[in-house]
Amino acid sequence: MATTRHTEGQQPAGATGLRYRGIRPGYAVLHVATGGLIGIFAFTALITLASLTVGLLPTVIGAVVCAFLLVGFNTGLAALHRSRMRAFLGLHIVAPTPPNRHGWAGLLQVLTRAAFWKSLTYNAIVGLVLFILATVLLAFLAIGVILATGTVTPLPVPMPPLWPDQGHSPVATVTGFALAVGAILLVPYVARAVAYGDGLVAVALLGRTSTDELAEQVVHLAQTRTDTVDAADAERRRIERDLHDGTQQRLTALAINLGVARATLPDLSPPAQAALEEAHAEAKAALVELRGIVRGLHPAVLDDRGLDAALSGLAARSPVPVSLDVHVPGRLPRPVEAVAYFVVSEALTNVVKHSGASRAQVVARVDGGTLRLRIVDDGAGGADDSRGTGLTGLRQRVASVDGTFTVESPLGGPTVLEAWIPCGS
Amino acid sequence: MRVVIAEDSTLLREGLVRLLALDGIETVAAVDTAPALIDAVDTLAPDLAVIDVRMPPTFSDEGIRAALEIRSRWPEVAVLILSQYVEERYAAELLSGSTRSVGYLLKDRVADVEDFLGAVRRVAEGGTALDPEVVAQLLVRRVGSPVDRLTPREHEVLSLMAEGLSNAGIAAALVVSESAVAKHVNAIFAKLPLSETPAPHRRVLAVLEFLAARKDPA
Repeated sequence: MATTRHTEGQQPAGATGLRYRGIRPGYAVLHVATGGLIGIFAFTALITLASLTVGLLPTVIGAVVCAFLLVGFNTGLAALHRSRMRAFLGLHIVAPTPPNRHGWAGLLQVLTRAAFWKSLTYNAIVGLVLFILATVLLAFLAIGVILATGTVTPLPVPMPPLWPDQGHSPVATVTGFALAVGAILLVPYVARAVAYGDGLVAVALLGRTSTDELAEQVVHLAQTRTDTVDAADAERRRIERDLHDGTQQRLTALAINLGVARATLPDLSPPAQAALEEAHAEAKAALVELRGIVRGLHPAVLDDRGLDAALSGLAARSPVPVSLDVHVPGRLPRPVEAVAYFVVSEALTNVVKHSGASRAQVVARVDGGTLRLRIVDDGAGGADDSRGTGLTGLRQRVASVDGTFTVESPLGGPTVLEAWIPCGS
Repeated sequence: MRVVIAEDSTLLREGLVRLLALDGIETVAAVDTAPALIDAVDTLAPDLAVIDVRMPPTFSDEGIRAALEIRSRWPEVAVLILSQYVEERYAAELLSGSTRSVGYLLKDRVADVEDFLGAVRRVAEGGTALDPEVVAQLLVRRVGSPVDRLTPREHEVLSLMAEGLSNAGIAAALVVSESAVAKHVNAIFAKLPLSETPAPHRRVLAVLEFLAARKDPA
């Protein structure tokens, strides 16, 4: 991520960490020199490969081979430049997301991405500019070294007037010496500035774009959310199983034994008889209550026989008469079935508790890869999220699988709940 | 009467054995998995198999599958399914083909000792014992089904018929005259393709057969 808000002494945001003051001059010279070396080589090779690719277009295969070479070479160069940034400038540039396909599709994916063209620009053009700058810098450095050490030999090119001619003129020698010292002292700082600029350009052209990062975050968030939803479903199933295999069996055994005791102990004292009868009745009532709770978690029939079968149970247990209109071919993904069951279950609970309706209808249809649920009652209406009617929970649960949920409940009714849940099919 | 019990909870298995013994019913085998149940029925030829729906290894519906296998391979063996939940889909699967010698009850019902032992006897003698919850589920109104064409009152009458009440019993339950019930019953028979039989018991079977036939498993 390129940072433009960089000021003195402040660590720039993101993972770049490029600070002008943080660049060591010696490293900067090496940075520019290696950049220039790689740059001229890359420029030549890339231009050749690009020309070959275009030139070989008529012979489809040749062009494809060259395009693959071009892409591969370009990717390698970008990696080389990034490691150069890391080694000399301590600058960590995160590489753009690699293509997630292979062969043809991968090539097309790369060629249609901005990241490829930006890194190509860096590798060819910035590389060439660096080469020129590096040459000039090295020339200055060389001149400085030559002058300072006094190993002056006549050069086969016309020299500026101040050039120390065989050391005869003291003025020229002093001037030359001053120039040499100045050059040696200045070169690293010029290199530092160039390296800093190069670093900024590299972050922009070789790094990951914010779009890349956002796309990656979206994929990551979608995955973690799916994991969370799955984990919650698995947890509900586990609790259901634990209650079924543990508490429910124990309570049932307790109720049976109390029943056996009642049947086999007819001559108890009246208080004992009353206590036994009450215990028996309580055990049975607890069983009914527990069954209701466990059903709300995750009914086993949902896994065994699917949504249609599970909705029959809901409709039959509802004290308000419910008519079902369910056309769901085959099985839906488990999280979708679980959410759909939850929606209908909660909606019918609301109908019974709040609406005063005399009847309700549940419609479930799969249409174009979307499950559409519609629960209508003929009650008093006026349902809204703020009255703690569980509508918020419904909305959240539907949203957790990328569905949408609407409530229409004018005063006087009717209330219409609708949910659309993508089935991914 | 010789009974095989298939139930994976030791507590419940022992409770059931004790309870059946109260009525002089002999438990010839008490097993905890579906394959062991099939083996026991094969080798011991019991009169009745009492089966839990969820058993190892998958803890889903192996009890129902085992019951269906027993009903097709040994039709003379009566089958009584016990479960923490009753589901019409399982009931429809059990009732498809024949409504004889089959029971499907919530485990809670076992605690009502007299009623439960009555249901055991009834099923062993070729009758039917369906939990009222199952009947309610079988009678759920579905758009386009003949049941949906019934009036609310006719729906009530049909539920009571399916539970086995006679016209007099239905009249008492709904606090109406017997002739009013007869009128509703005629209307029901006109709307549903049921063959009219006067005996309450045959009538229940006709209703259940009709309901189950509409819900053949996919």
